[in-house]
Amino acid sequence: MIRLEKRKQPSRFWRIANPFLAVALTMLAGGVMFAALGKDPLVAIRLIFFDPIFSETFASYSRPQLLIKSAPLILIAVGLAIGFKAGIWNIGAEGQYIIGALFGAGVALAFFPQPGWYIFPLMVIAGAFGGFLWAMIPAILKTRFNTNEILVSLLLVYVAERILAAMALGLMRNPDQPGFPGSRDLRRYEAAHNAELFANTGIHWGVVAALIAVIFAYVMMTRHMLGFHVQLAGQAPRAARFGGVSPTRLVVICLGISGALAGLAGMFEVSGPGGQVRIEFASGYGFTAIIVAFLGRLNPLGIVFAGLLLGLTYIGGELSQMMLQIPGAAIQVFQGMLLFFLLALDFQTNYRIRLTKGARA
Amino acid sequence: MILGSINPAVLMAALMVAATPILLAAIGELVVEKSGVLNLGVEGMMIMGACIGFIVAVNTGSPLIGFAGAALGGMALALLFALLTQALMTNQVASGLALTLFGLGLTALLGQQYVGITPPRTPRLDLGPLAEIPFFGRAFFRHDIVVYLSILLVGAVWWFLKYSRAGMILRAVGENHDAAHALGYSVKRVRLLAIVFGGACAGLGGAYLSLIRVPQWTEGMTVGAGWIALALVVFASWRPWRALAGAYLFGGVVVLQLNLQAAGVRIPVEYLSMSPYLITILVLVIISSGKGRGSLNAPGSLNRPFHASS
Amino acid sequence: MKKLLTAAVLSAALATPALADTTKAGFIYIGPVGDFGWTAGHDRARREMAEHFGDAVETTIVENVDYGADAERVMTQMALSGTDVIFAASFGYGPDVNAVAGRFPNVAFQHATGYIQDHPNISLYDARFYEGRAVLGHIAGKMTETNTVGYIASFPIPAVIAGINSAYLHAKAVNPDIQFRIIWTYSWFDPALEADAAETLIEQGADVIMQHTDSTAAIRVAEDAGVMAFGQASDMTQFGPNAHLTAIVDRWAPYYISRVQAVIDGTWEAQNSWLGFADGIIEMAPWNDRMPAELQAEADALVAAIAAGEYHPFTGPINRQDGTPWLAEGEVAPDGDLATMDFYVEGITADLPN
Repeated sequence: MIRLEKRKQPSRFWRIANPFLAVALTMLAGGVMFAALGKDPLVAIRLIFFDPIFSETFASYSRPQLLIKSAPLILIAVGLAIGFKAGIWNIGAEGQYIIGALFGAGVALAFFPQPGWYIFPLMVIAGAFGGFLWAMIPAILKTRFNTNEILVSLLLVYVAERILAAMALGLMRNPDQPGFPGSRDLRRYEAAHNAELFANTGIHWGVVAALIAVIFAYVMMTRHMLGFHVQLAGQAPRAARFGGVSPTRLVVICLGISGALAGLAGMFEVSGPGGQVRIEFASGYGFTAIIVAFLGRLNPLGIVFAGLLLGLTYIGGELSQMMLQIPGAAIQVFQGMLLFFLLALDFQTNYRIRLTKGARA
Repeated sequence: MILGSINPAVLMAALMVAATPILLAAIGELVVEKSGVLNLGVEGMMIMGACIGFIVAVNTGSPLIGFAGAALGGMALALLFALLTQALMTNQVASGLALTLFGLGLTALLGQQYVGITPPRTPRLDLGPLAEIPFFGRAFFRHDIVVYLSILLVGAVWWFLKYSRAGMILRAVGENHDAAHALGYSVKRVRLLAIVFGGACAGLGGAYLSLIRVPQWTEGMTVGAGWIALALVVFASWRPWRALAGAYLFGGVVVLQLNLQAAGVRIPVEYLSMSPYLITILVLVIISSGKGRGSLNAPGSLNRPFHASS
Repeated sequence: MKKLLTAAVLSAALATPALADTTKAGFIYIGPVGDFGWTAGHDRARREMAEHFGDAVETTIVENVDYGADAERVMTQMALSGTDVIFAASFGYGPDVNAVAGRFPNVAFQHATGYIQDHPNISLYDARFYEGRAVLGHIAGKMTETNTVGYIASFPIPAVIAGINSAYLHAKAVNPDIQFRIIWTYSWFDPALEADAAETLIEQGADVIMQHTDSTAAIRVAEDAGVMAFGQASDMTQFGPNAHLTAIVDRWAPYYISRVQAVIDGTWEAQNSWLGFADGIIEMAPWNDRMPAELQAEADALVAAIAAGEYHPFTGPINRQDGTPWLAEGEVAPDGDLATMDFYVEGITADLPN
């Protein structure tokens, strides 16, 4: 009889070893799939995991790209993780990301074509505010009416997507190109452009913001009273209430932080790598970030690694499509496997496998 | 005058058809959530059902066997979710999202050879004289069998949860898994069965799209129906008949919006297309306002992992 | 570490520039190649092109590439891996194509349906779908018995609006009582919604369904309801043998072959091509036998006249919906007006969403 036994303390060894084991297992299972598709599994896996970082042809370009792809994921996931720890489930980061981008872009388009050092900082504030505002809808509905935040935040994603389409086709449409959907290209408007800070490093303000958010979240969760409250609320809600933690305040703070960070991510994306408000601007960062948050075990440092690992599979996945003609769907399955293995193996951190005699379930 | 071209009986018939896939998926997810598990992978299980159902129907020439295959396909993915969340104690939210990603990719691979094929036709159920009744015949009695099955399923789930002993155990597990465990019920086994049932229902919902509603196979063809099903469950505050009402309301808004457009009524489409989501939020607020959790009927252990410590 | 070094060496070997006599063509797609619509049309052309050149050309694709950073990265990686010509097959790649093209002046960029051309190594290409819509309109006007055409439209952008106008004008010319009922889905691909839309239109009296969305759902609904429909982007006869009258088939292959040939010959130059029947970029799927012989002949003649440049689908007098004049008697619509069209022509009763 195999049964799981809860460890008294999470295992340090498995905490470190699991991700490596998961990647190894994914390579194995993915390799079988690639072989079944008639592709060389070794080459495929090398293209996905190594070439983006080490290949002479691609690495100098794709290494910085890793930061560009991972930064929004990390920025959003860090915020979400705080709420998840407290048992507050914001799964609508995608919507907050969109609204943040629209607010940020709105400021830029309002000032166009004026120059001004103050425009970009204003956009940053607007972006964070937009995401914050959108997250306040589920927060207020939850605190006032006890409405489930999982569902409201999720439903608001669909509303945000439609607002985005309406903006790209209407209010924010580039007036110099009548008829075409999409706003001006913010990369061509210097005062609003979230450009690379150092050439060819991939480091733009969004990467810096992600770094700051990670440090901020780490300090908050380990050193600050608020972090303690968050942990307490998540682990023992009743004790937290007796301990003077206001659930209302916590809901507002957690949703507010995650919304603001998601909004920031959207704003940095629309003013930099994304470039403009377009119907298809949202590409699922908000949902992927939820997975990143859990892969990182809701720990800010873990999230950095999880974000980079997932970013790597995206970039490597494109390379393997390009160089080996592996179908895009197979890459998606491969990523799905990686997530499953990472999640599945995690039990070893908190549980121990015991072989016992007799059958007591 | 313009509205004269909209026939209410047809509107009713159309909304029943539009609502059926999300209703099937929602009624399954309702049972899953009643057992205390939140499976966000409904979209993944639906697309799996759409794909497997299509493949089986094309190869066997029988839509009914196709639907059976779709249920199995949805169950297979649900089993994976059950393995992760029940045996390996992974987080349900993350596992559900990963399930959707995996399902979308896997079906795109499996279905590659089936794009552009027409599946065998599912006949409309012949209800004889009933179909000839004015208004009601057109509105209610000219559908395919799955539309009626979905309603029967709602009734069965309602009866099961309310009157059967097994249903009582399922609710007990969802309400307070520690207490249920102390009473000697196997929390994990109950949840496993519920998750698998949810997978089967989602699979049927997906197959309704690929075999009847559309009918064709294209990757990603569910386009968010699974997420709407999730919303429906909460909209229904975990009550089966309300899920039916919600699904029909949702289908009704979509169909009415299309009818108004076709009738040439000046409506801001880009904003109106948000209305089903906004209405759902509004209903959520109305249902949950001021009465606390009890009236919300939310399972007490929803989304909380269970590990028997003894 | 050793393993990693080996990997680096291996990949370097893999990335060695292709043999001088092999030309590499890369394609990036917004959707999956199995969409049976827009992306499938481009990939069909890619395969035809690859077959035409055999070993002389090596093609590579990346599907489901989002606009923005992802597209920029994929194209850059293509350029880095020695690709000679990159086809970006969606309108939204515009800013990304221009960003990458600036950095790789020796790579030829081909951007479908775009309008931004900042660098001398970017060609734009598009198809005059409104030419095909004129033929559909003519057929619809003749075939309808209820004098009602149902139109399933995606987003209110110039290409879609021009299509509606072209179809309407030509239906009206042969059937003064024609009515267009238009539904906007605000999506390119949503099979269930398109099926619902088709059903609604049929219920409201339409007996011919036209669509500017990608799924085949509407054809099947029309088939079941016993009405008529037109396919989109490819011949969709198999989904409704009775309903399917014809379709505007996207055929990018001749263009792709000519552009890759130019790259091979070293004669490639930036162009802005808007191609139609004359260039074989769009063609009509075989007429359904239920169309009377006389109508088939008219449709053939219309295609021939447009292809020969004898007739332009937008020839005045044409007024805007509000009654203000747009084109005077005999005046032909300038391309600029068509590429930016944001109004309905006179006679359409619906309101254009703004």
